[in-house]
Amino acid sequence: MSDAINSDERIKQTSRFRQALIRPELGGMVGTVAVFTFFLLFAFDSGMFNSQGVMNWSVVSAQFMIIAVGACLLMIAGEFDLSVGSMIGFAGMMIAIFSITLGWPMWMAIIITFVICVAFGAINGFIVVRTGLPSFIVTLATLFILRGFTIFIPQTLERKTIIGGIREAAEGDWLAPIFGGKILTGLFQWLGDAGIISVFTRGNLEGQPVVNGIPMLIVWALALVVFGHILLTRTRFGNWIFASGGDAQAARYAGVPVDRVKIMMFMFTAFCATVFAICQVMEFGSAGADRGLLKEFEAIIAVVIGGALLTGGYGSVIGAALGALIFGVVQQGLFFANVESSLFRVFLGVILLFAVVLNTYIRRMITGER
Amino acid sequence: MSDPIIRMTDIEKHFGSVIALAGVTVEFHPGECHCLLGDNGAGKSTFIKTMSGVHKATAGTIEFEGKAMNFADPRDAIAAGIATVYQDLAMIPLMSVSRNFFMGNEPIKKIAGISLFDHELANEVTMSEMSKMGINLRGPDQAVGTLSGGERQTVAIARAVHFGAKVLILDEPTSALGVRQTANVLATVDKVRKQGIAVVFITHNVRHAMAVGDRFTVLNRGKTFGTAVRGEITPEQLQDMMAGGEELATLEGSLGGTV
Repeated sequence: MSDAINSDERIKQTSRFRQALIRPELGGMVGTVAVFTFFLLFAFDSGMFNSQGVMNWSVVSAQFMIIAVGACLLMIAGEFDLSVGSMIGFAGMMIAIFSITLGWPMWMAIIITFVICVAFGAINGFIVVRTGLPSFIVTLATLFILRGFTIFIPQTLERKTIIGGIREAAEGDWLAPIFGGKILTGLFQWLGDAGIISVFTRGNLEGQPVVNGIPMLIVWALALVVFGHILLTRTRFGNWIFASGGDAQAARYAGVPVDRVKIMMFMFTAFCATVFAICQVMEFGSAGADRGLLKEFEAIIAVVIGGALLTGGYGSVIGAALGALIFGVVQQGLFFANVESSLFRVFLGVILLFAVVLNTYIRRMITGER
Repeated sequence: MSDPIIRMTDIEKHFGSVIALAGVTVEFHPGECHCLLGDNGAGKSTFIKTMSGVHKATAGTIEFEGKAMNFADPRDAIAAGIATVYQDLAMIPLMSVSRNFFMGNEPIKKIAGISLFDHELANEVTMSEMSKMGINLRGPDQAVGTLSGGERQTVAIARAVHFGAKVLILDEPTSALGVRQTANVLATVDKVRKQGIAVVFITHNVRHAMAVGDRFTVLNRGKTFGTAVRGEITPEQLQDMMAGGEELATLEGSLGGTV
C-alpha cells in the first residue's frame, strides 16, 4: 500500500518487535509464560499441576477474571470503580437476607440482588457523569456506603455478620446451579475411572474423582472474557468505549453518547461483582460482611498488568484475563512452593509498578509523545 | 451567484449578562470557502457553536437550504449535514485511524444476528480516503497519535466529507501547524471546496485566509463589519478590521456598502 514514492523518509520502518509491543495484551502474555515457566521449574512436584492443584489456581484466577473484565471495560471507558469489593460483600449479604432471613425462593433472591446491585452501578455512573467529579472519589464514597450497609443490615436483622445455610436454601432451585453448580461431571468421573486424575481411595466418596467437575465460576469467567472481548473489539459499542475513554469531548463532538457508555460500563462492573458474589456464597454456603475486601484493587491490578492504561482509552479484555491468571497462579503457586505468603504482596507491588511503567512507555510510543 | 446554503440572520447570543454576539448576519454558499476572521474574544467560537448546534441562539434565525432550522444539539446539525472539525479535539490519539474515521458512524455487518463492527470495510474505506487526501498510512490500524497535526486535521476533514457534510466548519485548523503542514491543510480545503461543499474557515491569520478564501467576514466584539468578496479587499484592510476597525470609515467604500 504505502510505496516508496512519497513515504516520509524520516519515518523509520518500525520493527516487528516494536509493532508487537504496541499490542496491549503483550505484557500479559509474556508474564503468563514467565510465571508458568517459573512454577513448572520450581514447584512441579508440589502438587500444583495435578488435578486438584490446577483446579485450585484456576478457581482463584477465574474469580479475579470475573471482576477484571468489568474493571477493564470501565477503565478503557475512562473511569474507575473502587466499590467493587464492597459490592461483592453487599451482593452476597443481600442473597442471604432475601433467601434466609426473609425466606424467599433462591431464584427470586438472585434476580432481585442483580437488580439492586446493577442499579447501584447505574447510580455510581450517573453521579460521575452528571457532576463531572472523578470516579475515584464518587466510588470511594460508594465503597464505604455499601460496606456500612453490608454490616448494618445483618446485625440489625440477625444480630450476626455471617449468615449461613445458603447451600441448603439453594437445594432444588432452578437458578442457583447456574452460579454454584459444576459441569462436565461425567467427563471427570470417566477421567477418574480411567486413572488419569486422582480419585478418593477411602471414605464414603471412594472411587469418585477428587476434582469432580468444572465449577460454574470458571464458566462464568470464560464467558465474560469472551463477551467482553467481542464487545470491545468487534462491535460499534466497543468503539464507543475506546472513544469515551480516549477523549470524551472529541467523542461527543463525533456523536458518541459518552454519558450512556460510561453509565452502562458502571452497570456492567456492578453486574460482574454480583456474579462473583453469588458464585462465592453458593460455594461457601454463607455470606459474610467482610467478603470482597480489597477486591477493587486486585481487579484494577489485574487490568493494569493486562496492559490497560489508567487514563483510559486503551487496553484489552484478553490482557486483563491474563493479568488475572498471573495473579491467581502466583498467589496459589507461592503457597504450593512453600513461600511465605506475605511475600505475595511484595511481588504484587513490584509487578504493578513494572506494569505501569511499561504501559506508560507504550503509550508514548503509540501517541508519538516526545 | 448561487443561493446560500446557510443564512444566519441577526444572530444574538447572550451568556447571562455577557453579550457574545450582538446581531450577526452571514450567508454561506456551496463551493466557496468563507473565512471568518476575528481576534481572540471576537465571538468566532460562539458563532460557529451556534451554527453547529452546541449553543442555541438567543435571537435571530438560521436558514439551512432555505428552511428555518432549530438545532437542539450537535447531532441534529451533523444529521443535517453541518460538520465541525475542532482544532485539537478532532481525533483520539490512542485509537487507530480507521476507528477514528468511523467514530460515531461505525459500519455494521450482521453475523448470526449480532451486529458487529465491519472492520474490513472500515479499513478499506479509510485507506482509500486517506490516499485520496495524500496521506500514506502504514496501515489502517496505525494510531492517530503517530500522525502530525496537519495530517490529523486532514483525516478529520476527510471524515466529515465522507459522511456527507454539506457545510464544513473548520475551527482554527492551521493555528498550531508549521508552514508545510499548513500548506497541506489549505490544499485540502481547496479540494473540498471544489467538491461543492461550503467551507467555513475560522482563523485569525489573514495570510491563511487570503490563500484560500472566497469571502471574508470579520467579527469584532460580537459584531460583523460585513462580508467582502475576494479581490475587493487587501490583507492590510482585513488586518485593520480585526484589530478594531479604526479605519472603518475608509474601508466602507471598498467593502461595497455591505457594512
